[in-house]
Amino acid sequence: MPTVELRFSALPEHVRTARLVAAAVARRAGVDEAVLDEVRLAVGEACSRAVGLHQSHGIEAPVRVALTEEEKQFSIEVGDEAPHTAVNSGSVPGIVAALDDPEAEGEDEMGLAVISGLVDDVEVSSSQEGGLIRMSWPTAPEPLAT
Amino acid sequence: MDLSLSTRTVGDRTVVEVGGEIDVYTAPKLREQLVELVNDGSFHLVVDMEGVDFLDSTGLGVLVGGLKRVRAHEGSLRLVCNQERILKIFRITGLTKVFPIHASVDEAVAATD
Repeated sequence: MPTVELRFSALPEHVRTARLVAAAVARRAGVDEAVLDEVRLAVGEACSRAVGLHQSHGIEAPVRVALTEEEKQFSIEVGDEAPHTAVNSGSVPGIVAALDDPEAEGEDEMGLAVISGLVDDVEVSSSQEGGLIRMSWPTAPEPLAT
Repeated sequence: MDLSLSTRTVGDRTVVEVGGEIDVYTAPKLREQLVELVNDGSFHLVVDMEGVDFLDSTGLGVLVGGLKRVRAHEGSLRLVCNQERILKIFRITGLTKVFPIHASVDEAVAATD
């Protein structure tokens, strides 16, 4: 069961709230202070993407954020209910695609690029029922050097 | 923390001073500002990010959009940023290769290339 669970209407103004709550819960869970900026950014990216998907698909359902304190890690799951027709589980498109497309400002691709650049442990999955971004950070006082 | 925007002219450059948080909610205001400047004929922009507390990919998208617009008029868009947490976002997205990033407004205004 998540330590804290948020459900918010898919509106851009609520993404900041999700960032603030996630950072507060991560701090309490023992995530290193130096990493909190990354947590804040990653959860913001995941929520912005979910809001965009709900709005573009006209989905009334809220965006879900689950913040879970585990034994040696802190995990965040951001779920959307947008049907993903092209299932590209696990792959994250790069920034290059966003820049090469003259029409798109490429926010969706860039959001995933930012998440994959920030977070070592991240899984992106999607199905007909929706998408899920799962991220985790170590909470041990001295995470193993990489 | 909302977004604050102010513009001033320095020589042939227009400096846009940005403060606060640039995210999915506030980025449209920055986009409007950049579009308005380009529509008014300001094609050499310096975006001063020193007062920015938070930047996400939506903000990056707006800056890339601004760059495309000024380039269509042979213009330029330079950034001023010294904050490591903001610079990191440009690095991980590869955008340090796309934007000239300067340490001060003076340096950005004087730059030509």
